[in-house]
Amino acid sequence: MAEVAEKVQLLDIYVMGKRFQVPEGLTIQAALEYCGYNLIRGVGCRSGFCGACATVYCFRNDSQLRYALACQKAIEQDMYLTQIPFFPTAEALYNVQDLKPEAGENKLVQLYPDTLTCFGCNNCTKSCPQDLEVMEIMSAAIRGDYEKVYEKSFDCLLCGLCAARCPQGLQPYVVAIAGRRLRGAHLAPKSQHNLDRVREIEEGNFDAELEKLKKMSTDELRELYAKREIEPAQ
Amino acid sequence: MPYPGYMEESKRKVAESRLARLEKGPFPRIPAEEREALVNKFHPDFKGEQFRELRVGPNKGDRTPLEIADLLEGNSRIEPGKVRLEEVDYDVDVLVVGCGGAGGSAALLAEENGASVLISSKLRLGDANTIGAQAGTQSCDRPNDSPAIHYLDIMGGGHYVNDPELVEALAKDSPDVIRWLESLGVNWDKEPDTSYHELSGGGSSRRRMHSCRDYTGLEEMRVVRDEIRQRNMHGRKINWLEFEPAIELILDDRGQAAGAILMNLETRGMTIVRAKAVIIATGGLGRTHIQGFPTTNHYGATADGLVLAYRLGAPLVHMDTMQYHPTGAAFPPQILGFLVTEKVRTLGAEILNCDGEQFIHPLEARDTEASAEIRECKERGKGVTTPTGEVGVWLDSPMIEIKRGEGTIRRELPAMVRQFGRFDIDITKEPMLVYPTLHYQNGGVAIKADASTAVPGLFAAGEVEGGVHGRNRLIGNSTLDLFVFGRRAGRAAARWAKEMRPGRLTLEHVTKWQREMKEAGLEGMPVSPMLLPNYAHQEPVPGFQPLGQVSPYTPFGDRATRWI
Repeated sequence: MAEVAEKVQLLDIYVMGKRFQVPEGLTIQAALEYCGYNLIRGVGCRSGFCGACATVYCFRNDSQLRYALACQKAIEQDMYLTQIPFFPTAEALYNVQDLKPEAGENKLVQLYPDTLTCFGCNNCTKSCPQDLEVMEIMSAAIRGDYEKVYEKSFDCLLCGLCAARCPQGLQPYVVAIAGRRLRGAHLAPKSQHNLDRVREIEEGNFDAELEKLKKMSTDELRELYAKREIEPAQ
Repeated sequence: MPYPGYMEESKRKVAESRLARLEKGPFPRIPAEEREALVNKFHPDFKGEQFRELRVGPNKGDRTPLEIADLLEGNSRIEPGKVRLEEVDYDVDVLVVGCGGAGGSAALLAEENGASVLISSKLRLGDANTIGAQAGTQSCDRPNDSPAIHYLDIMGGGHYVNDPELVEALAKDSPDVIRWLESLGVNWDKEPDTSYHELSGGGSSRRRMHSCRDYTGLEEMRVVRDEIRQRNMHGRKINWLEFEPAIELILDDRGQAAGAILMNLETRGMTIVRAKAVIIATGGLGRTHIQGFPTTNHYGATADGLVLAYRLGAPLVHMDTMQYHPTGAAFPPQILGFLVTEKVRTLGAEILNCDGEQFIHPLEARDTEASAEIRECKERGKGVTTPTGEVGVWLDSPMIEIKRGEGTIRRELPAMVRQFGRFDIDITKEPMLVYPTLHYQNGGVAIKADASTAVPGLFAAGEVEGGVHGRNRLIGNSTLDLFVFGRRAGRAAARWAKEMRPGRLTLEHVTKWQREMKEAGLEGMPVSPMLLPNYAHQEPVPGFQPLGQVSPYTPFGDRATRWI
């Protein structure tokens, strides 16, 4: 560490008000650990996929709040950091099997009538660490455009920052997952080849062949494996 | 953080060699005997001094990585005499320890089959390696495929030491797993003709990789998690505790798994759960940083379930074999060990040393590819060293655009473009610096096809169990494993809970464990399970037990800046 520290510039950051000096290049998460914190909350995959470390920060002389994943955002001089508190989720009650919409029926507005109170301030979009157009997801939900909700919200990590910043108390990420589940379970076209294969397996069509394979010696399997036909990649 | 200036010359050599490489074609495949010698000399699984024999427990005498042996032979976090087991906080049919894809699906199926379910989650519900799975889930559901063809691929990939019953289960359940997830609302990629969009993967003889863009695991997990929440809100008997991992399992006087002691990570308070069946679904062990490797794994991947099951008397299999993914990010340090999907190489990127030369075919098996990179860096000294002292080789992504046309990378690898773009590295124009990273535990708790273990009432599902993949897991079979054995464990545990006759709760196995440890001269071992890694940059205070654990095999000094 000593020789690394000599090469690397140290930056001032503030963790819940306390000043620390940390090497340039660390992520917010690694910087907190560098400052001695053994994290319990606000840490997950550490690869930008899970949303556990969604964070809010500002700068010492600039109170404008900014949003990031702590495991992805590198620290900058004079950053003010905190770990955001736990946000409770208030999902509507539904059974995914019953979500199938009739023509013209807006299931999402039925589940979340408050969605109609969105007045388009765009705070949700500004707060998204995945750079999703959250307000457009809400507009699509209001129109009952499930396909667009699915398309636009697909990269959502459910971190909850959009809900934290909504002045109307809406929870866009919760509306979006209901929309995606509705779309996946009911609107996506069924893949018949899969249902056929499930039935064939239930009927025991492959059992004899599998029994034979299970009884084979390693040498027999090895020979079969070497001779197997390999379908070209698409 | 863009590449530092001193790497420019090496990057220039990479760029200048592109046309010549295109003309010359790919590096030749390695002959079988050379491959064996390479792997035996350089693969971390064959580094003898990094292993030792276990001295206590059901796998006594088995060769095990040092880091894992220390945890398996760790001391209990509790003192059996001081725990009041009669003060039960939760009394349920099925306790599920861990909540990734395996634990989540086990909980759902146990509940559907009539059991009351409690989930113990170390972090948030659903925060698990499942979420980081990018490539997809295998299922043999196309007309030219079958469970028998899938079976052969799995056995060959696993070097034929897999348990045939488990392999059969994995292949046979796979189409129904895809159907089941879709019925819950998972959005699979589809072709215009409504069939599933299915790609090939290393070691698979058919196209059977089902995907949800490159966020497959995320989509699977968020749907399963939402379903758990919804059932709970409907008043069904499924509940969970977050930030409360299990620190010891409880037996009853009939020798059956009978619950667990949980610890609240913040208050350090203890919770006693009595259960008629226990399902271990705690995932893998990447955060133990075996041999000092970085990892693709989640913060919570610390082998806890292995330790708990082992102490209860459940044997493990194939614990001497780990999967090191050949392309973990070696730079920038913020994403050290981050998974760079194999798809980059299937699309045409080549692996190069610091002089821009190829030294291995880019699509060798993972163990071979990783070994060749280690040889190039450690023996031949042809790696590229980073400012933080890491070493790596180039993964020349721009070659993809030359071979397949401009725009291919953005279309096929959006998550990779986003991740490296966050650090001002444009992978459409610049190569990535990579090195092997600890990715997957091939072995684990031995199970039967219904996910039961050698201990009555104890089940295991997902990465924590072993025998399914033999000594090497194929791409896309891990997320499949989660849901196949998660669902089987949930069903079997609910059935067991109905039929079993409960006994009196006891911690005598812990007392016995402590006695055996003493007899083996292992009294001074640190406590386990590990629960969390300790990346906090602070000198340990003598006599103060930190929450996470410091591995004696990785020096303290560089941890804070090294591990992501």
